[in-house]
Amino acid sequence: MYKLWATILKDIRVLIRDKVGLILMFGMPIMLVLVVTAIQNSTFELVNKNKIPLLVCNRDTGKIGVDLIQAIDKIGMFKLEQVSSDQSEKFIIERMRTKYALLAIVIPVNFSSRITAKAKKVAGKALSTFGLEGDTGTTKTASVDPLTIYYHPILQESYRHSIQGALYSALQLVESKQVLRTLYFSILEKQLPDTLENEMLNNKFDINEITIAIDGTRSVPNASQHNVPAWTIFAMFFVVISLGGSIVREKLSGSFIRLKSLPTNYYVALLSKQITYLIVTLLQAALIFGIGVWLFPYVGLPPLYFPADISGLFFVSLICGLCAVSYAMCIGVFAQTQEQANGFGAVSIVILAAIGGLMVPSFAMPDSFKTAMKLSPLHWCLEAYYGLFLEGGKLKDVFINIIPIIIITVLLQVLTFLGLKMKKLI
Amino acid sequence: MTVMTPLAINIENLGFSYPGQQDMFFSNLNLKIAAGERFGLFGPNGAGKTTLMKLMTGLLAFHEGSIQISGNEIKKQNRSVKKLFGFIPQDFSFYEELSPAENLEFFGAWSGLTKQEIKKRTIELLDMLGLADVRNKQVRKFSSGMKRMVNLAIGVIHRPGILFLDEPTVGVDVQTRFAIINYLKQLNKNGATLIYTSHQLSEAEGLCEKIALIDEGKIIVHDDLDKLLSEYRQEGLEGLFLKLTSKEYRNV
Repeated sequence: MYKLWATILKDIRVLIRDKVGLILMFGMPIMLVLVVTAIQNSTFELVNKNKIPLLVCNRDTGKIGVDLIQAIDKIGMFKLEQVSSDQSEKFIIERMRTKYALLAIVIPVNFSSRITAKAKKVAGKALSTFGLEGDTGTTKTASVDPLTIYYHPILQESYRHSIQGALYSALQLVESKQVLRTLYFSILEKQLPDTLENEMLNNKFDINEITIAIDGTRSVPNASQHNVPAWTIFAMFFVVISLGGSIVREKLSGSFIRLKSLPTNYYVALLSKQITYLIVTLLQAALIFGIGVWLFPYVGLPPLYFPADISGLFFVSLICGLCAVSYAMCIGVFAQTQEQANGFGAVSIVILAAIGGLMVPSFAMPDSFKTAMKLSPLHWCLEAYYGLFLEGGKLKDVFINIIPIIIITVLLQVLTFLGLKMKKLI
Repeated sequence: MTVMTPLAINIENLGFSYPGQQDMFFSNLNLKIAAGERFGLFGPNGAGKTTLMKLMTGLLAFHEGSIQISGNEIKKQNRSVKKLFGFIPQDFSFYEELSPAENLEFFGAWSGLTKQEIKKRTIELLDMLGLADVRNKQVRKFSSGMKRMVNLAIGVIHRPGILFLDEPTVGVDVQTRFAIINYLKQLNKNGATLIYTSHQLSEAEGLCEKIALIDEGKIIVHDDLDKLLSEYRQEGLEGLFLKLTSKEYRNV
């Protein structure tokens, strides 16, 4: 037992004197979790709190163009600025290049008359379907010139899609309003009253948003609840750089020859490294979670809320840490050089994180990746943490995710043992 | 009546080949080293000195024959036999991030000593080898000579009866070499068997009383140094070495 204790003490001393290793294990993940959460949080705020600047050039002389602008304004997503109708495309593009606006919309000339014609045609068809006399569209209506939307290239595809969706709904509202007005006029030969129009078009049915949580709470998770556990797992697995490198360094150094000539099994050295680095992973988790809970609110980020089951959180962190350490050990035993351990270790963790759903949500992955995802230990670690942090679950609720982590850990340990035997290290 | 000196090392009919090589590197090799001897193993590069030392210390496994350390078969009692000897490799075999005291604490534990024994031996050794003032400083900041002293201290912390020394003085100044050789002689006086290998033949001459010359996996001669010098009419070990192993340059 004293041998093991002395070895752990040695490993801790070597570790705390390795400044670069400490920065890699503690400094880098903290920066990562801060930056990623800040980015995701600001994205959320950009879409939900800040308004996107939108230039509007209304070349239409009728009322429907104005209606469209009002409908867009009502969406609440945009900060509208109208430019003179005679401004050229070049002017609009120039304004956008200076990032004055990220979007511009040009309403074409005769937009109102063409929408009206289209509405008449639709209304006529509807009336004839009801058996009433109406314009069945024998007169050919010109197709409506499209609205032109200019996007700044910095807007990502996902934003473009949501912006497009919002603009379509505004356009749909304007068209529906016109069809309704035409129908009303055709039947009753008088204008549609504003109150009725509002009643029919603007009185939306309420949508009640409820987050499904195991513990019955209905709070909506913030960016910290999503990001902090994910990047904590990433940090834990990133000990491969320090631990894998340390095993290779020891194997290649003269001290290994001495260790082999002593009456102690090398497995004691590996056991010590496992214990030392398991403590490191738990400290990483404690530090990053602590930062999420206590530091985030001071830097304007949403705070991380601890799950109700703290002992469950500890157990999940312990299992995740053990899996991360086993992975690093396996890399260290099989790598021939430190460059191999560092290079393969780092790249493989990034790949496992990517396919494990740390970077892109697992539900958004193509089906072909969903099988590969199940092979990534980081995926199961993330699922276990999400079960606690997002779904309000307890240890028993996430046990189904812990089992694969244990299986992967055992496999990695067996592989490490075989590697040690094969290389005659034990 | 002749009193039989117990053997520190007894190698009988040793057969060894490197993995993937069909030719035996050692075949039917026999060597006996008496307890308390100051024994030197010499030979040109690639002759087999380091391989033989690795076999004797259990770092390499052999296929045929036997190696006994103080009467214990190394193959059968690998772990307990390792307690009987100390090994001082040519490379600095310690953790440069640690201090001499911390290195001794770790390697002492791995050598099977208790915490109390390690404490006592650390004070003794650091005093004896002139490292007491730097006991808590990181070894990485030490000179080459001081690092050699740390290397030596680790190898002897458990008071081994047999000490394997692979180039223990390489890269040190004359004063440090003198101090190391004196310390080794002191250990031998106290009963330790020294099994030494080096290319510093003048140094070896002052330390070893018995030598073996090895070449191409075979022991060419094995006897008292003085006896061999007079038999081959040589004034020093270097002359004897060149006479028996030829002057030809070996590109090994």
